[in-house]
Amino acid sequence: MELQAVHARPPEDNPYLPHMARIVRIHRMVPDNYLFQLRFADDAMVQKWEHRPGQFVELSVIGTGEAPISISSSPTRKGILELCIRRAGRVTSALYRLPTNSMVGIRGPYGNGFPVEDMAGNDLLIIAGGLGMAPLRSLLWYALDHREKFGTVTLMYGAKSPADMLFREELLSLAEVEDFNCLLTVDRDPTGTWKQNVGLLPSLFQKMTFDPSRTYAAVVGPPIVYKFVLAELLKLNFRKDRILMSLERRMKCGVGKCGHCSVGYKYTCIHGPVFTYWDAINLPEIV
Amino acid sequence: MKILKMAKENLDFFVSVLPAFGEVYAPLERGKGYVFERPSKWSDVRLKYTRTLLPPKKLMLPPRETTFVFDPDKGYQDRLEEASKPMVLFGVHSYDIFGLNILDRVFAQSKYTDPYYIARRKNTAVVGIDFEPDDKHLASSLNTDFVDSGFDLFLSDIGDHYLVLVGTSRGDDMVVMSNCLMTRPTGADFEEYKRRSMQRRASYKAHLVMEDLPEILEMEYHSKVWDEMGERCLSCGSCSMVCPTCYCFDINDEVQLGSRKGERIRSWDSCLLKTHALVAGGENFRGARSSRVKFRYYHKQRGFVAEYGRPSCVGCGRCVEACPVQINIITVIESIRGEHHGIASSARASS
Repeated sequence: MELQAVHARPPEDNPYLPHMARIVRIHRMVPDNYLFQLRFADDAMVQKWEHRPGQFVELSVIGTGEAPISISSSPTRKGILELCIRRAGRVTSALYRLPTNSMVGIRGPYGNGFPVEDMAGNDLLIIAGGLGMAPLRSLLWYALDHREKFGTVTLMYGAKSPADMLFREELLSLAEVEDFNCLLTVDRDPTGTWKQNVGLLPSLFQKMTFDPSRTYAAVVGPPIVYKFVLAELLKLNFRKDRILMSLERRMKCGVGKCGHCSVGYKYTCIHGPVFTYWDAINLPEIV
Repeated sequence: MKILKMAKENLDFFVSVLPAFGEVYAPLERGKGYVFERPSKWSDVRLKYTRTLLPPKKLMLPPRETTFVFDPDKGYQDRLEEASKPMVLFGVHSYDIFGLNILDRVFAQSKYTDPYYIARRKNTAVVGIDFEPDDKHLASSLNTDFVDSGFDLFLSDIGDHYLVLVGTSRGDDMVVMSNCLMTRPTGADFEEYKRRSMQRRASYKAHLVMEDLPEILEMEYHSKVWDEMGERCLSCGSCSMVCPTCYCFDINDEVQLGSRKGERIRSWDSCLLKTHALVAGGENFRGARSSRVKFRYYHKQRGFVAEYGRPSCVGCGRCVEACPVQINIITVIESIRGEHHGIASSARASS
């Protein structure tokens, strides 16, 4: 009897395999927070790629390592993958040293993403604080490109100052779009040229009325934003399972194995990163 | 399931066919304990052993492995070929086979499957063997004192013979290749098996009540037991290294000096280590030692039950043996249940 090794599967089925992608453009949006536009080297990959708003990828910089990055582009805009990346650790610092046209590795998309099928037919309230705009931009453009699927669509976005606002020019131009409420605010405006609201993010709640029985709220931001925004939403009687938030942990493998992104009993990478507020308060380690 | 029997005197001949199925690993004596290693001669193999220092996990998920080689020009190339080397794991206890079955759930039967693990698991024949429990085995409490899958053959001592469960077609090939050394068991053989099996079950010295543990853990999340454990635990990670079902790993890229070519290395990690939940920017979601000890218990005894329907503990007793400060799962769980006051007070672990 001849002994034969059983081979698992073809190499492209390896969930850990990074696919090479070219950095097409780099937009220096704010210091230490650039938008990288990527395109897969293999055209078949470009065609095959699908993601949901709120999902993330694992980005490899050759010779440095991997880091989880949320996707900023909408699945409705195919061909170019946009990642808004903060210079924070080893991998992202190495990425910032790469010139345009360099190759990086991408695998994914991972995570559950926003439940856009359930959200359809409802009003949509997107609330972003600071860098929280990065994952929410995917949802925003998804909603604007599928405008017929949603009732009213509102964005509330607060940044420290105009210079800290991600996608500032894009959002300012969207403020002109009909049938979309674009509420932007900054904590302070040292330039004196900011024509939108000045004040903390929760102050935007006074500018709008909502029907919580038919609204989904998607909130992403630093802890302080969750603290005040969640309080506002609960005061307005939003259902806890219609408040969606996205968690950030150390998603190393992205596929529910390595254990680093665990929160309570869940792995952020497969059970999240999007959790309802109800899920979140039932995760023991979240508070 | 096909059940045969084999005279013990034929074992030497039987094991001589095993190398045809891959590199053989078996329990050997090493220092005061046992290890799964490649025997240089069969007489070194210990058929009766308590437990090995490391579980068979070490062969399915090696402590350190290269998953990819990378090169700026060629991108990432997998190293699956090396994971496909056939092996035979001889003399595995039921709880360790159960441990592999639990790893299967995570690595081979979930939404994303791990090709490195699957290649090793599929190319490894497992021959199980029964054991006599010592004062640290909890297999009867965890229902891992018997397995009905995850092995190719399973040998149980019935006196002059082994009763042989044939679990797979590959197991059957082993039987055929050993020139039909195996014969059909009689009713008396089954009676002897059952008698020994009941006797063994009654001989367990260590016990845990598992049934309502998830609820109790849910209620005792803020118990001071976890703080006491945090005071004692050294965060060394030994318990998770020796655990048959702890599978956390780290991924690091190692670069050749003066180039951007290198290897992506996956290596064992532990939720007990301080950097486990550290994210870029410096925030650590589990900076307190007590939060890490607690997390390990909740993951294995609460979260895993929710996700997979059973705890990811097989009752091997290795964590009890490995802990340098005598943290013992039995006393921890009894404390949580309120049957003990202070985890340090019990001498049950060391007696």
